[in-house]
Amino acid sequence: MADVRLTELVRSSGCNAKLPPGDLNEVLKSLPRTVCDRLLGGYEKSDDACVYDVGDGKVLIETVDFFPPMVDDPFVFGEIAAANALSDIYAMGASPSVALSLMCFPSCLDLSVMRSIMLGAISKTDESGCVIAGGHTISDREPKFGLSVTALADKDSVWTNHGARKGDFLVLTKKLGAGVMMTAHKGGETDAAEAIESMRTLNKRARDIARPLSVHAATDITGFSILGHSSEMADGSDATIYLSLGSLRFFSGALGFARFGFLPEGRYTNEDYLKDKVDFDSRIEKAYIDLLFSPETSGGLLLSLREEDAGKFIEEFGDDASIVGRVGERAEKSVVVSL
Amino acid sequence: MVEIDCRGLSCPEPVIKTKKTLKDNPEGLDVLVDDRAARENVPRYAEAVGYKASVSEEGGGWRVKIRK
Repeated sequence: MADVRLTELVRSSGCNAKLPPGDLNEVLKSLPRTVCDRLLGGYEKSDDACVYDVGDGKVLIETVDFFPPMVDDPFVFGEIAAANALSDIYAMGASPSVALSLMCFPSCLDLSVMRSIMLGAISKTDESGCVIAGGHTISDREPKFGLSVTALADKDSVWTNHGARKGDFLVLTKKLGAGVMMTAHKGGETDAAEAIESMRTLNKRARDIARPLSVHAATDITGFSILGHSSEMADGSDATIYLSLGSLRFFSGALGFARFGFLPEGRYTNEDYLKDKVDFDSRIEKAYIDLLFSPETSGGLLLSLREEDAGKFIEEFGDDASIVGRVGERAEKSVVVSL
Repeated sequence: MVEIDCRGLSCPEPVIKTKKTLKDNPEGLDVLVDDRAARENVPRYAEAVGYKASVSEEGGGWRVKIRK
């Protein structure tokens, strides 16, 4: 088992493997709409999970996320895939209850690899207080793994990605650059230890600390990049989000790898979809723009809060989180990035 | 001029191959790519290490010319 290199079996990895957002939207727009009064969130608002009203003031929150490996160690891959899937529930302000696993597994690999992936995932569901109740496994040439996760919550306690208010401060709870670091890692240029540690970290603590605060909007930063997820929040909230490059933090080495062209394909498909929605200060270096368009995997929570609550959050959460921007009245663009 | 064929390869492989080949051929090389990200990333690498890069369409893909 020590010889297995999971990343050599796959063409793209992590949230880099997401279908381009433009393509996805084209299909979604063409589908018939089944009217369901109990469905409160969902893909019309591009939220992180769907919210189903079960009555008596309670809702079910459901999400699914799975992808090919971005690391060679199967246990760590299981941890990252689980942390990434659970994150959608934390982004809704909820606490995950029960999960089902989705496993695509090559018949050429030893079954101990599958066991390690599952053990990694279980370590994270245990940490989150969630239980894997079952799952589905199919034979596939490329390994893929993830979870469908369900949470039960009070209807009026759910965070959405579309309630940001003018004057809010934006807090981001993890560094950026995972997609670039993992592209360089795949090329053998770096061990990407800092990015891997970040990706396997649950957003549970961020959710727990933000829970008693007045969170107006929340989302997690994954395949559509900081710019994509910010623009969804801005559009849904009828606001413009102003990000300040100087306050965004990146993994050590990410800027250098971006300059050297270690950029995942998603960096370009994200720009195709977002270029008319985003404006940059013309003095910003190209490599930073590359980083901002690049997909993240198991990224942090982006929280829109009142200024004093943003301060309280940072004070308790610590230096891994920072205030990265603010929410303003809707202007022409969804997201404006200043130096 | 040395030419490497990176068609059918996904990133970061074209960049890695360019980097390795450029080490042995410091005067420059041509890289054939057919992947959108490689078409962008290979010139980025070349320019970051002090070369000039130009891209032209060729047979459904692109030829990246990397020169001093």
